[in-house]
Amino acid sequence: MIEVRDLTKHYGDKKAVDGISFTVEDGEILGFLGPNGAGKSTTMNMLTGYISSTSGQAIINGVDILEDPIKAKSFIGYLPEIPPLYLDMTVKAYLNFVFDLKKCKLPRRSHMKDVMTLCKIKDVEGRLIKNLSKGYKQRVGLAQALIGNPPVLILDEPTVGLDPKQMVEIRTLIKRLGKNHTVILSSHILSEIQAVCDRVVIIDHGTLAANDTATNLSNQVTTDHRVIARIEGEKAAILQAIRGIEGLKYVRADMEREPGIWEYEMEAEPGRDVRRDINRIARENGWDILMLKTMEMTLEDIFLKITMGERVAFNKDGTNGGAK
Amino acid sequence: MGAIYRREIGAFFTSSIAYVFLCVFYLICDFFFIMDNLAGGSADLAGVFSTMFIVSIFLIPLLTMRLFSEEKKQKTEQGLLTAPVSLTGIVLGKYFAALTMYVIAVSIAFVYGLILSLFGTVAWMTVLSNYLAILLVGGAFIAVGLFISSLTENQVAAAAAGIICLLMFFLVDTLAARVSISWLQTALYGLSFYTRYYAFTCGIFDISSVLFFISTAVLFNFFTVRVFEKRRWS
Repeated sequence: MIEVRDLTKHYGDKKAVDGISFTVEDGEILGFLGPNGAGKSTTMNMLTGYISSTSGQAIINGVDILEDPIKAKSFIGYLPEIPPLYLDMTVKAYLNFVFDLKKCKLPRRSHMKDVMTLCKIKDVEGRLIKNLSKGYKQRVGLAQALIGNPPVLILDEPTVGLDPKQMVEIRTLIKRLGKNHTVILSSHILSEIQAVCDRVVIIDHGTLAANDTATNLSNQVTTDHRVIARIEGEKAAILQAIRGIEGLKYVRADMEREPGIWEYEMEAEPGRDVRRDINRIARENGWDILMLKTMEMTLEDIFLKITMGERVAFNKDGTNGGAK
Repeated sequence: MGAIYRREIGAFFTSSIAYVFLCVFYLICDFFFIMDNLAGGSADLAGVFSTMFIVSIFLIPLLTMRLFSEEKKQKTEQGLLTAPVSLTGIVLGKYFAALTMYVIAVSIAFVYGLILSLFGTVAWMTVLSNYLAILLVGGAFIAVGLFISSLTENQVAAAAAGIICLLMFFLVDTLAARVSISWLQTALYGLSFYTRYYAFTCGIFDISSVLFFISTAVLFNFFTVRVFEKRRWS
């Protein structure tokens, strides 16, 4: 379990991370989301004891990282943004070094084999790390974090540089690891977080912008019902008919998707589902509905809404007008 | 500490620094051994040991230059600093790896001694005390070089600064000779590595010098640990 309380890091006057608190339960995968420079890596570096916090606490399995760093570090497998690989070592020699460095007590040969098989690097074990592709290097980095089977895994952008197929593989692997590890995973790829994580923490400008499950976050932001419909028929007539629906806030013809068929985007008052009304007017007028769906907010929308929202607020009081 | 020590020894050989270091060290020492002892017909190794002192000034920085700067540049220090090992363990692992290379280098003295013993009598106790002295000097030099390497991520800068630093420990003698303020002169002579080392080559075993070299090594290793601690806290 990881407990973070009021974690703060100042670099001179600049607040890189400002009073972040959250907890990660055992067997939970937490997604760490935020734009570049939001403080994701800084937070992870504090959790792993690479840098110290200015104030606040990070507690790993009940051990404060600043009070007993060696014990706390022994619980953590860390994959930094740039994997700490010695380029002139072979994969096997490097992993053996990490095994010794972590003072690992597991049976060396079988554990080594397990980790290499898990990360699919068994076929390159004899090669020098500098000759490996980015994807392989990343997987050696992950293997390095897994050595010693630490209960907590902290992975900083683990799928960077992988091709789409490898990305899916690594995500599946992380998901599997999440069953018996506590995992923190940072990423700016939202679909990745959505696919892998139980819970999402969004960081922006060093502060916690959101902390909830991915589904809850979607629900929170999608209170208003927005619908997209693709209807075959005369545009003006359709628009007029839709405008007649009770409780509708706005409607617009978005785009002519197929010849003679427009897509209409509409928003009703919160809690009002207009899909049945659309079906009714289509029946009455003899139009065909080719597509009808509610517009669910993706994590991407939520992310933009949360991070942009803050930025707008910043601009209003003029404190942070020129940021980004 | 053990893991880091073993990795560094391996890295010395894969990066070919070990070969360059040993080759140059042996070449220069061999030259003076052949000239002074074999051609000159002397069984006194003091000349060779003085040469080793000068050679160490220029070669030890080459040995220590990449120990920390490379880690910083390749971002591998993040792996070390987040592993369950103490900072002292990291620093000492690297220190003893470099010291091992140095021991291999200066142990050539015994080979010289054996060669000389074929032709005459070798004062083995003097050789031993000289050997101990050059080890102590090297131990202090390596700690200084390691400290400098932890300050930069540029290997060449680390080597250059290291050579300058070690040269100052040597040249402080020349400076002291020209200083007329007596307390300053005493202080400068006190700092001189060469004066202390020279006493050993004459066969004088001075325990205060032994302590001086050991404390220099301890002090600079402590500074290196502080560099990492400070970086973590800043």
